Amino acid sequence: MSERITDPKITDPKATSWYEASARARLDGLLDSGTFREFIGPEQRRMSPHLPLFDLPRAFDDGMIVGAGRIDGKPVLVAAQEGRFMGGAFGEVHGAKLVGLLRAALVARPAAVLILFDTGGVRLQEANAGETAIAEVMRAIAQLRAAGVPVIGLIGGRAGAYGGGGLIAGTCSRLAISESGRISVSGPEVIETNKGAEEFDSRDRALVWRTMGGKHRRLTGGGDAFVDDTVAAFREAALALIGTAPAFDLATMEAEQARLEERLARFGECRDGTEIWARLGVNDPAAVPGMTTAEFDSLLASLGETHHDAR
Amino acid sequence: MTLAEILSSLFPEGHAVTAADGLVSGEGPFRGGRLAVIGIDGDTPLGVEGACRLAGHVLAVMRRGERTPILVAIDSDSQRMSRRDELLGLNEYLAHLAKTLLLADAKGHPTVGLIYGHSAAGAFIATALATRVLVGLPGANPSVMDLPSVARVTKLPLDRLEAMAKDTPVFAPGLDNMVKTGAVQGVLDPRAALGPQIAAVIDALPERDARDRAGRERGGRPIAEGIAAQVVREATQPDARA
Repeated sequence: MSERITDPKITDPKATSWYEASARARLDGLLDSGTFREFIGPEQRRMSPHLPLFDLPRAFDDGMIVGAGRIDGKPVLVAAQEGRFMGGAFGEVHGAKLVGLLRAALVARPAAVLILFDTGGVRLQEANAGETAIAEVMRAIAQLRAAGVPVIGLIGGRAGAYGGGGLIAGTCSRLAISESGRISVSGPEVIETNKGAEEFDSRDRALVWRTMGGKHRRLTGGGDAFVDDTVAAFREAALALIGTAPAFDLATMEAEQARLEERLARFGECRDGTEIWARLGVNDPAAVPGMTTAEFDSLLASLGETHHDAR
Repeated sequence: MTLAEILSSLFPEGHAVTAADGLVSGEGPFRGGRLAVIGIDGDTPLGVEGACRLAGHVLAVMRRGERTPILVAIDSDSQRMSRRDELLGLNEYLAHLAKTLLLADAKGHPTVGLIYGHSAAGAFIATALATRVLVGLPGANPSVMDLPSVARVTKLPLDRLEAMAKDTPVFAPGLDNMVKTGAVQGVLDPRAALGPQIAAVIDALPERDARDRAGRERGGRPIAEGIAAQVVREATQPDARA
């Protein structure tokens, strides 16, 4: 049995909410119309061999869609995670499809590889396979970047980019994130389960966004573009970021080291996102979560120090 | 083996590797040159400061310009789980550490992981799994999550999971299962000198990432290699390009 992922009626795919859309609908609106070609499509039914052991339903695509297409005429390889199937988690097939795509890019040399993250991290029922796949993905991304192919991450789905997905995101050349996108290693529920609700109250959604949400990541350098929650906005951001991808070399890693050391020195004592934003020079930190994208962009421009090339 | 035993077996003539706050760094004489060592000792969780310091050591090795091999010795907890670490961007710090190791490898520094204790999740991915080849010592216990926690999440009884773990290496914790999935290439002999064993691992470093092939051959990850290869085939057919 397979879970069927369907979308609400979409009239204009590009104006539709990225958060609400399925992985396939995101790809439809992201790429030039009619250019997407899928590898190992769902008709091949390459499903997880392990989930039946746990009496769990499978999906024909294992929650990972990989293929080729064009964006504004440029050839790209794309991978999209379906957060509504097992939280977009990495299992054996799911991970191997992304590994294969990145290895293919080393041969095909597209203008970029786009990864549409929507993942809670490693799928526990296939934990060893998922974790190893994440390590393989990071190695393949490093090789690809060293060969001059940018790898762009797009983060705005229901499941965020958690666990190993957060590490893969940190390996990409550039990241675009929306308000509802989150990047983190340990998720709020994981921290709460292990360390208690005093450490992290996972039901406090405002706290979640101040700690790992799109605006916080963009302000502190964990993301490169903050975008509206529409497919059109992600498309525009992806196009812009392809052209600004940094090299993967010693100079970039030295610069990233300096950037991350400086962050520890400046904000290491802070206990909340609002404290960090205040130190960045934001006059009214409490107003940040309510800002529109245009207001937030003006704020970024006024701070003048949020351009972090080293990643 | 303890870290001290490992270091004295690796460097019988002595070494300058030190451990502080659970973080290991330094080097010792190796094959007429040096072997750099970084690592985590004492089941220590890896947080933002630790990842940053270890990455700094890797960059220092690269900056010297020689092709010094780097050994990453690991007995860690998982990533440090805290609101503060996530607030500061732990994913970037862990990914940065992994990237410095991957860049070192690309620049000709052989990288070898050595797991001798526990390790899990983000800390494991950012350190030992970011090397070209990972080997283990008997007694090592890598895991993604322990079985009682897996039981909680999957809502399956622990005794059933324990029974399944015996012949399903894809989810069960432990060194043997990580060997079967291909993440760990092999297990070293703690009774023989480690220096020559690490030298042999370096001499036989695989050209490509061979972990999925090992996973298929050993039965722990039966189809990953085939799936990845099929994507490469479909993506590189002349008519596949949009």
